[in-house]
Amino acid sequence: MADVVLGKEEYVPPPAEVEDVELAHPHSWWTRYVFCQDAKVIAIQYSLTAIAIGLVALVLSWLMRLQLGFPGVFSFIDPSQYLQYITMHGMIMVVYLLTALFLGGFGNYMIPLMVGARDMVFPFVNMLSYWIYLLAVLVLVASFFLPEGPTGAGWTLYPPQAILTGTPGQSAGIILMLASLALFIIGFTMGGLNYVVTVLQGRCRGMTLMRMPLTVWGIFTATVLALLAFPALFVGAVMLLLDRLLGTSFFMPTLVSMGEPLKYHGGSPILFQHLFWFFGHPEVYIVALPAFGIVSDLIATHARKNIFGYRMMVWAIVIIGALSFIVWAHHMYVSGMNPFFGYFFATTTLIIAVPTAIKVYNWVLTLWHGNIHLTLPMLFALAFIVTFVNGGLTGLFLGNVSVDVPLSDTMFVVAHFHMVMGVAPIMVIFGAIYHWYPKITGRMLNEGLGKIHFWISFLGAYAIFFPMHYVGLMGIPRRYYDIGDMAFVPSSAHDLNAFISIMALIVGAAQVIFLFNLAWSLRYGKKADGNPWRATTLEWQTPETPPGHGNWGKELPVVYRWAYDYSVPGAKEDFIPQNMPPAAVRAA
Amino acid sequence: MGVALVFILVAVGSVLFHVFSPWWWTPIASNWGSIDNTIIITFWITGIAFVGVVGFMGYCIFRFRHRKDARADYEPENKKLEGWLTIGTALGVAALLAPGLYVWHKYIDVPKDATDVEVIGQQWQWSYRLPGKDGKLGKADAENITSDNPLGVDPNDPAGQDDIIIEGDDLHLPIGKPVKVLLRSIDVLHDFYVPEFRAKMDMIPGVVTYYWFTPTRTGTYDVLCAELCGVGHSQMRSRVIVEEQDKNQAWLKSQQTFAQTQASARSRTAAAADTPSRN
Repeated sequence: MADVVLGKEEYVPPPAEVEDVELAHPHSWWTRYVFCQDAKVIAIQYSLTAIAIGLVALVLSWLMRLQLGFPGVFSFIDPSQYLQYITMHGMIMVVYLLTALFLGGFGNYMIPLMVGARDMVFPFVNMLSYWIYLLAVLVLVASFFLPEGPTGAGWTLYPPQAILTGTPGQSAGIILMLASLALFIIGFTMGGLNYVVTVLQGRCRGMTLMRMPLTVWGIFTATVLALLAFPALFVGAVMLLLDRLLGTSFFMPTLVSMGEPLKYHGGSPILFQHLFWFFGHPEVYIVALPAFGIVSDLIATHARKNIFGYRMMVWAIVIIGALSFIVWAHHMYVSGMNPFFGYFFATTTLIIAVPTAIKVYNWVLTLWHGNIHLTLPMLFALAFIVTFVNGGLTGLFLGNVSVDVPLSDTMFVVAHFHMVMGVAPIMVIFGAIYHWYPKITGRMLNEGLGKIHFWISFLGAYAIFFPMHYVGLMGIPRRYYDIGDMAFVPSSAHDLNAFISIMALIVGAAQVIFLFNLAWSLRYGKKADGNPWRATTLEWQTPETPPGHGNWGKELPVVYRWAYDYSVPGAKEDFIPQNMPPAAVRAA
Repeated sequence: MGVALVFILVAVGSVLFHVFSPWWWTPIASNWGSIDNTIIITFWITGIAFVGVVGFMGYCIFRFRHRKDARADYEPENKKLEGWLTIGTALGVAALLAPGLYVWHKYIDVPKDATDVEVIGQQWQWSYRLPGKDGKLGKADAENITSDNPLGVDPNDPAGQDDIIIEGDDLHLPIGKPVKVLLRSIDVLHDFYVPEFRAKMDMIPGVVTYYWFTPTRTGTYDVLCAELCGVGHSQMRSRVIVEEQDKNQAWLKSQQTFAQTQASARSRTAAAADTPSRN
């Protein structure tokens, strides 16, 4: 790959003047802001919707922490409601916030800009994708207003429990949940096909695959995973819906519920778990891979240094993505599946640790001999590394079949997955918003407010989830409304739970600072020029900031080098944009 | 400077919390000390990796933070370093996986002399069935469940007649004898979980799952449900009492067999049926 070495980029393609004739330009307020086909507007619609529903999930986490930290004090929380909180919190955070924000939000905004395209390849379908996503969110929200509330089946929705009377939301909540998931997947597929085709077909001249920024690689690979994984959830949801509504027995064996023999016969509850986790494990990487990609670019830009081992980083993303399809049953070591599967899935799971560790090494090695600017995006990127390494390492406990036996279904699992796919990716989301906000709005976010937000969020979240591992290590199961009387639990554990709850309230409340900053800076933030971080990638080289519809004005950019020419020896500036012609570099 | 220090303190603080906090696993009461040991090995290897990575990061922040006129190095790749790091990581992972798989092999390999004990979960209580004199459990199925036969024991299987039925009461086990727990559910998923035994497995309606352990310490232990099973999940409790062999025998003798429960059920029904005719 010649791109890595400066000076081997002599070939200059002829200028590419491409008329933007094919875009559906807006003609009214409606088509500019509402039914808009510009990927950047769709990205903002996706992001705002995801953040709004994410705030609902945040409040739910407060409620459940109130119950866990101070059992019996808040009498309005009963066991049914508690289960509804955990279920909706989990599902919203994983699917409707993280997936939608990374792919629908960052994917839409960044892919066309970073690969030098005018827009997504199928803008109309892209617009539909958002509106179906919104519909899915509304169906989900509607379930809160049902007389008996949303489903409380746990976000994993395991049958038979999910559709039987012992679970809250059995009459209608579960139906709306499954319908909403099906809608989400339909909407996502429309967007996802767009992202993949745009990366494969929409790149500007000179933008070879191995010159793409890692952000694009991360989002692209995650989208491929999602397109392959979500169908498993889709069929699982439809089959469960049929079991619930038409009395089929896909997942339902002969059983007696509350003394009442039911008509189900011969189904397999474990089949649902396989379908769910065939989606559910890749889902972890659907969230993680975009975060990996984005954080690589944040670190490189703000340490003024090329990402270390770019090709390794690309291959690590691809290998992790591929392996993520053959590890799903590590969520099922104690599910009662054939125990011999344990050997296979433990081995594949621990193998994933190798490419993942390589990524971590390359992030910290990028800092080595860097020129580290401790900007907000960099701080969040550093916090990501700490929380991701922490959460990734506890994955080595849970992935290692026999070690998982005492820990599975305890609070250790809750602590692990929150650290690794909750806190860590959200650190990246914050870093990315602080990083790209000036491009999206033309103004900088306030740095003082950002620092307060950073320190409370990072240290607070760590103080929530690090000690929580030890709650699980003691043996306290997850999804417990009340620990109640357990002889093996020391009373000090209740103090620890109260501490965790108080931290959760503080960290949640600190997000108000962030939201205020987003709104305040829109009008009063410091004006940003087109490339305030002096970055190399194409989105910072647009003729206008914020970029107009079509992104590039009259002429599409031409790319001459990879995305990481920072601090190149001999160059005048400490960054060389991807689209700067070699002659201009020499002249400078 | 300050930022680097905070990151170093996060790593050091985590280690100190691990060492000095009072929150640790409950003392073990089964043969699965090997699981605990594997966890200890994992804590060591992952702990070193965590402190190493975060410490290195903290040093970089301190040493290479932006200074006036500073310029970063330009080093796209270093194949040798990347190669060694990959090999080192692979070795660390292998050192975790080997004991993990070895212990799993023991976990699913039930000793021949293990006694069968059936555990039945239903929303939201635990029941137990122990083999009688013949040492065998009779067949059972959710199809057989009636109000007089709530566990669904097959009434026509002779092996099941002497089975001991324990409903809504504690399970007693003799110390030092391996037990194979056969796990059955009659409604939704449950999970028979005693933290002191370290072992765990889901119970699935329509399937019999299992695990084995040997109780090694006398005492009374909480039974919890570890798989979400509806609103009563956290209230689904029972107890296991591990006791000396002779005490356990005495307890066994005082329990009802399946045949006895059926006989008393029949006489109850007969009495109920007789009552009107006496009028």
